[in-house]
Amino acid sequence: MQKMPKRYYAFFTLPTAIAFAISFIIPFIFGLYLSFTKFTTVTDSTWVGFQNYVRAFTDDQNFINAGLFTIEFAVVSVILINIVAFALAYLLTRPVRARNALRTVFFMPNLIGGIVLGYVWLLLINGVLINFGFDITYDPKYGFWGLILVTNWQMAGYMMVIYIAAILAISSEVVEAAKIDGANAWQMLSRITIPLVMPAFTICTFLTVSNSFKLFDQNLSLTAGAPGRATAMLALDIFYTFYGQNGYEGVGQAKAVMFFLFVSAIVLLQLRASRSREVEA
Amino acid sequence: MEAQNRARNNILFVCLTAIAVLYMVPLLLVLMNSFKGRFFISDTPFALPNAQTWVGLQNYVTGIAKTGFPLAFAYSLFITVFSVMTIVLFTSMTAWCITRVRSRLSSAFYYLLVFSMIVPFQMVMFTMSKVANVLHLDNPVGIIVLYLGFGAGLSVFIFSGFVKSIPIEIEEAATIDGCNPIQTFFLVVFPVLRPIYITVAILNTMWIWNDYLLPYLTIGSNYKTIPIAVQYLQGGYGSRDIGAMMAMLVLAIIPIVIFYLFLQKYIIEGVVAGAVKG
Repeated sequence: MQKMPKRYYAFFTLPTAIAFAISFIIPFIFGLYLSFTKFTTVTDSTWVGFQNYVRAFTDDQNFINAGLFTIEFAVVSVILINIVAFALAYLLTRPVRARNALRTVFFMPNLIGGIVLGYVWLLLINGVLINFGFDITYDPKYGFWGLILVTNWQMAGYMMVIYIAAILAISSEVVEAAKIDGANAWQMLSRITIPLVMPAFTICTFLTVSNSFKLFDQNLSLTAGAPGRATAMLALDIFYTFYGQNGYEGVGQAKAVMFFLFVSAIVLLQLRASRSREVEA
Repeated sequence: MEAQNRARNNILFVCLTAIAVLYMVPLLLVLMNSFKGRFFISDTPFALPNAQTWVGLQNYVTGIAKTGFPLAFAYSLFITVFSVMTIVLFTSMTAWCITRVRSRLSSAFYYLLVFSMIVPFQMVMFTMSKVANVLHLDNPVGIIVLYLGFGAGLSVFIFSGFVKSIPIEIEEAATIDGCNPIQTFFLVVFPVLRPIYITVAILNTMWIWNDYLLPYLTIGSNYKTIPIAVQYLQGGYGSRDIGAMMAMLVLAIIPIVIFYLFLQKYIIEGVVAGAVKG
C-alpha cells in the first residue's frame, strides 16, 4: 500500500504524534533553547549564550567528577555484566538439572525497580560494612562497587536470557561438524559459540552501555551521591543541579544537553564498532 | 565418558544452585528484617529475629500508615495498565501505517521516534514537567499521554520490524474485498500482530511500573506511585523508620514476583523478542 487517504493516515498516526510532540519534541527543542538562557521558571528566561556551558565546568567540579565516575562505572559494569551473563547462559544451556528453575531465579531481579533494589542492597552492604565501623557513604569506592554489584545483580539475568536464545539458535550442524573434526570444549567455545553469538553480544553491549550511562534510580537509592557528590553519576548530578541548587537551572539544562550528546556519541560509536565483529555461519 | 559427563553436570548443578541461593539472599534478608523492630535492623541485619526483636506485623502497619501504600498500589496499577493499553493500541496503529505508507512524512516520523530512544530523560525532564503542568496532564490520567509519547519510540520500532515481515498480499486481498484501512488493520493485521503485542506490553509494563523520575516530577506531590512512596519513606519527615522501609520493600516486591511467576514464559520470550528486534 503506497497511498492512504489523508483522513485515515491521520487516524492512525495523530494520537501517537500528538503525545510524542507533547512529551518529547516540544520539551526537547524548548530544553535546547533554555540551555542558552538564564531562568528559574520557564517564563523569565534571558539569553546568555554559552555561559551555562562554561559554568557547568568552571563553577564547581561536580560535572567533571560525575562524568569520570560514570565512565569508570560504565566500563566496569558493561564488562562484568556481559561476562557474568554469558557465563550463566553458557552453563545453563548444558544439560543441567532444573535449569529452567535456575534461569527463573537469575532473571527475576530484573523486574524489580531501581529504587526498591537500591534499598534492598543498602541493607545488605551496610550490614556488612558496619562490622568495620562505617557505612557505604564512608568512601566513594564503596559506593562505586556497591553500584556495580547492584546493577550486575539486576541486569545479568536479562542479558543471560538474550545470550541463551543466541546459543540455542546455533545450528546443530555446525556443532556436529566441529565435534567430528575433534574440537574440544574450549575450541567449541572460542571458535564456534562465541563468534556465533556476536549479534547477541552487540545487543547486550548496546543495552548495558546505554543503561549504565543513564543509570539514575539505583544511584539515588543506594548512595544518593554521598559522600558529598562523589558517587553521583551524570544523571543524578543533573537532577541535583536542577532541583538542588538555586539559580542553576540553566546550568542543569546545559549539562543535560552535553549528557545527551555524550550518550548519543557513545551509543553510535559502540554500534558501529560491534557490528563489524559479527560473522555469519 | 557418559558417567564422567553426568558427574560433571551434577557438580555444575550444585554450583549453580549455590549461586541461585546467593542471588536470593538480599531479598530474603529484607523479608526477614521486615519482622524485626526498627532498632535491631541496621546494626545486625543478619541476625534472625528472636523473642526480643520480633515485632510481627508492626512494621507493615506503620509503613502503610506512613506511605498510604494501598493508594500508591492503586495509582501504580491504574497508570501502568492504562498506559500500556494506550501504548500498544496507538503505537501499533502508527507503526503499521508508517511502515506501509512510504512517504517522506512517514520516514521522518519514524526516525524521530528512533532518535527519541537514545535521548536521556534528563534532557527533557524539566521542560516536559512544565509542559505537562501547563496542559493539565499532571494527574494519573494525563500521565498516560506522557507515557504514550515516551514509550512510542521503542514500541513503534518493535512493531515496525514485525510489520515488515507480514506479507502485504493479505492486506491487499482485504482491500480488494472492500475493507477500508481501519477494517484492514483491526480485522487482518491486528490478529497477526498478537505475539508482538505481548512483547511490547511486557517491556512497557516493566518500565512504567518501576518508573520513578517521570511520575515524581509530574504527579509526585499529589499522587504517589509505589517507587515514589518508597523513596518518600527514605527522605520523609522525622527520623527514618527502617522497619517500615523493610515492610514497604516487601510489599513492593510481592506483586512483581506474583506477576513474574504467572507470566514467566511470556516475559522471558518478550524480552528476547524485544531485544532481537531492538
